[in-house]
Amino acid sequence: MVSPPPDSPNPGDPQRAVKLSVRDLTIRYGETTALAGASFDVLENEIFGIIGPANSGKTSLLRVLNRMDTFNAGMSWQGQVHFDGQDLRTWRNLYALRRRIGVVFPLPVGLPMSIYENVALSPRLRGIKSKAELDVIVERCLTRAALWDEVKDRLSQLGSMLSGGQQQRLTIARALSQEPELLLLDEFSIAVDPVTTMKIEDVLRGLKSEMTIVLVTNLVQQARRLADRTAFLLMGECVEVGDTEDLFTSDDRDPRTRDYVEGRFG
Amino acid sequence: MSAEAPAPSGGPSMFAATARNIQNQRVMTAVKSLFLGMTLLLSTPVVVILGVLLYKGLPAISWEFLTADPINGMTAGGVFPALFGTVCIVIVALVASVPVGVAAALYLSEYASDNWFTRLINLAIINLAGVPSIVHALFGVGAFVLFFGFGTSILAASLTLAVMTLPVVIVSTRESLQAVPMAFREACWNMGATRWQTIRKVVLPNAISGILTGIILEVSRTAGETAPIMFTGAAFFLPFLPQSVYDQTMALSLHLFVVSTQVPGVPDELPYGVALVLIGMVLVMNSVSIAFRVYLRRRKKW
Repeated sequence: MVSPPPDSPNPGDPQRAVKLSVRDLTIRYGETTALAGASFDVLENEIFGIIGPANSGKTSLLRVLNRMDTFNAGMSWQGQVHFDGQDLRTWRNLYALRRRIGVVFPLPVGLPMSIYENVALSPRLRGIKSKAELDVIVERCLTRAALWDEVKDRLSQLGSMLSGGQQQRLTIARALSQEPELLLLDEFSIAVDPVTTMKIEDVLRGLKSEMTIVLVTNLVQQARRLADRTAFLLMGECVEVGDTEDLFTSDDRDPRTRDYVEGRFG
Repeated sequence: MSAEAPAPSGGPSMFAATARNIQNQRVMTAVKSLFLGMTLLLSTPVVVILGVLLYKGLPAISWEFLTADPINGMTAGGVFPALFGTVCIVIVALVASVPVGVAAALYLSEYASDNWFTRLINLAIINLAGVPSIVHALFGVGAFVLFFGFGTSILAASLTLAVMTLPVVIVSTRESLQAVPMAFREACWNMGATRWQTIRKVVLPNAISGILTGIILEVSRTAGETAPIMFTGAAFFLPFLPQSVYDQTMALSLHLFVVSTQVPGVPDELPYGVALVLIGMVLVMNSVSIAFRVYLRRRKKW
């Protein structure tokens, strides 16, 4: 089943730009530390996996990347995060930042509007008004999210009437309609059956050529199937970052990484 | 109702009801009956009131009663000036309070962070809801009639009522805004939508039916209140229609008070007829907004 990703990037490859650089990132909720001093780079056009058991800071990390921390009053973070070389703290216009970053949550959030409107919302927010143009975007995004064939005859139906797996692909289509440079996926397969998961994984492999993807997952094998490089978080500590295959096979990996990926705990 | 099948004699069976099961069933039945009883009890006054009103007031109701002026010192004739006045007062009060109330609720629910200032405002709103209507009346006299110089007028009466009903609008609007799942907002924000875009595209369309419910409540309360308007704009007897919001007017609620207690020689069925018209008017106004709400809720999507 498991084959190594065909085009694993060489992390030392100077040709590949760093899309996202995280240095000493510490995240706190009040007094509780969710993540302590994580550092890693995400390269352009790679799938970067983040694995780890529950409560290890994966979701908190994602929330900072998109500055979702501003949504929770209790959340604070220290350290440097650069997106496209620019410090996240100095982004004045967070709306412009979020527009460039697509997010998919663990449970699909079909907005309470039609399938068409779900996908057309982001282009509309960008100011695209022409129906013809929107039609093209909706069809393209739904096609790329492997959903078009299933919904093309009922685009005016409510997005929330779709099945869970379809809704998750709808949220992916919605994220794609932002034409994001970075796609953040937070355990997208939790509410999705294995067949749909495989469909989405194929979609993600196809998207890699156009965008950078950060994939948080607690399915270790999913990270192995998809991610070029992977970070292993444990109890708020970033234990190890490296080529995904190294995390699974290398002899000099951290023993905790070995235990986790081999299923001895977690 | 209860599963009281005895255990088969062959020994304990996993499907047989134990004594504990049976007891639980009995408790459940008792609790359910109690709650049903309470529900019936509370609907009794409604039924009785409506029944008595219909029985005693219906003979007074006629097309003429609705469209004619009161005559013979209010012992005969119709209630048209009062009916028209109440409609005016309610409409002006709605125009004044709904935009303010909805905007305040939007701010409190969607923009404000939780700090001492917003907590103070919330406390003020709760307290405003608890102020007796007669106190609002005196406030209305001081503020609108005298200070702003509106005189005793529809405007002063409506503004007084608007201040009185604002808490209802704010609280119900805020509740229905907060009933919209946070995930919808976050999904929208994550697309780079601003707060206002999110409110317009996602929050308001899903909260609108709840907001209307609050406004329905406000209509009922506004139409029925007597104390706040008797000092600020409602006239004892004034068989002319108001020409502008600066005029006084008759109002059904005050008219009901007047014909039942202040005027001698009123036929028995007249006050009941007035009450019936008042309730009927509230009912009509409510059913319009309920119909609108049902229409909107059919489009509700989660």
